[in-house]
Amino acid sequence: MHPYVISLIGGLLIGISVFIMARGLGRVTGISGIAASALVARDSGWRWAFLLGLLLGGWAISSLLNLSATPVASGWSLPIAGLLVGFGTVLGSGCTSGHGVCGIGRLSVRSIVATVVFMAAGIATVALLRALQY
Amino acid sequence: MNSTKAIAMAFISGLIFAAGLALGGMMDPVKVRGFLDIFGIPAGRWDPSLAFVMGGALIVAFAAFRREWMRAKPWAGGVFEFPSAKQIDARLILGAVLFGMGWGIAGYCPGPAIASGLVGGSSILIFLAAMVVGMLIAKRVAK
Repeated sequence: MHPYVISLIGGLLIGISVFIMARGLGRVTGISGIAASALVARDSGWRWAFLLGLLLGGWAISSLLNLSATPVASGWSLPIAGLLVGFGTVLGSGCTSGHGVCGIGRLSVRSIVATVVFMAAGIATVALLRALQY
Repeated sequence: MNSTKAIAMAFISGLIFAAGLALGGMMDPVKVRGFLDIFGIPAGRWDPSLAFVMGGALIVAFAAFRREWMRAKPWAGGVFEFPSAKQIDARLILGAVLFGMGWGIAGYCPGPAIASGLVGGSSILIFLAAMVVGMLIAKRVAK
């Protein structure tokens, strides 16, 4: 199968996960929101259950399909990137899943704006790092 | 919201989400960065995989959130609690800019980062620890 078709199937699976969370629990599947709230909010049993599924699922399917992942950041850039992602997603109330999939799926203008902005910031950052040969 | 039914559905949903990320290639930072590298289009090194993943996810998400197709209550009981915020403010934009920068540097957004927790070696653990710290700081300062 063409790699893009496999990517599309992967996307459909993510959509099914979003569907179950929306219809089953009445929640959006925003990973940053689920993770950040799990850390501080009470009654987070369902959040931890989702995160555990995500963690174990990632391990299981990676092992099953023998997937490889190559880190692109090392040294200090790793914790800096982690801080930016954690801080930015909480400040901006969402990430690729919350704004990019659920928010756009709900036709939220706020989420469309956020998605365009974080995509543009990501594109600019990669371009800058490339220019700096990093 | 924390009935056995809700917990089981959330867990299964997490498993399916991870399977989708893995199949979509999103657990590989090289592919994610390859997508953000749009200036690589003329050189033929752009990787559009992420667009297919998002497209596939959106097709189902549009259906998932169609109000007309929803029952009165979620399957696990309780009420629908979807975000209601509409404002486009400095907080939203600054947050998105900072997130996009981190995403571009490491090639990880929160979903793939957590899904890679047990398979990404020490580098992902450093990233995840920093991400948690970043989230907690933001929760503190941005109330």
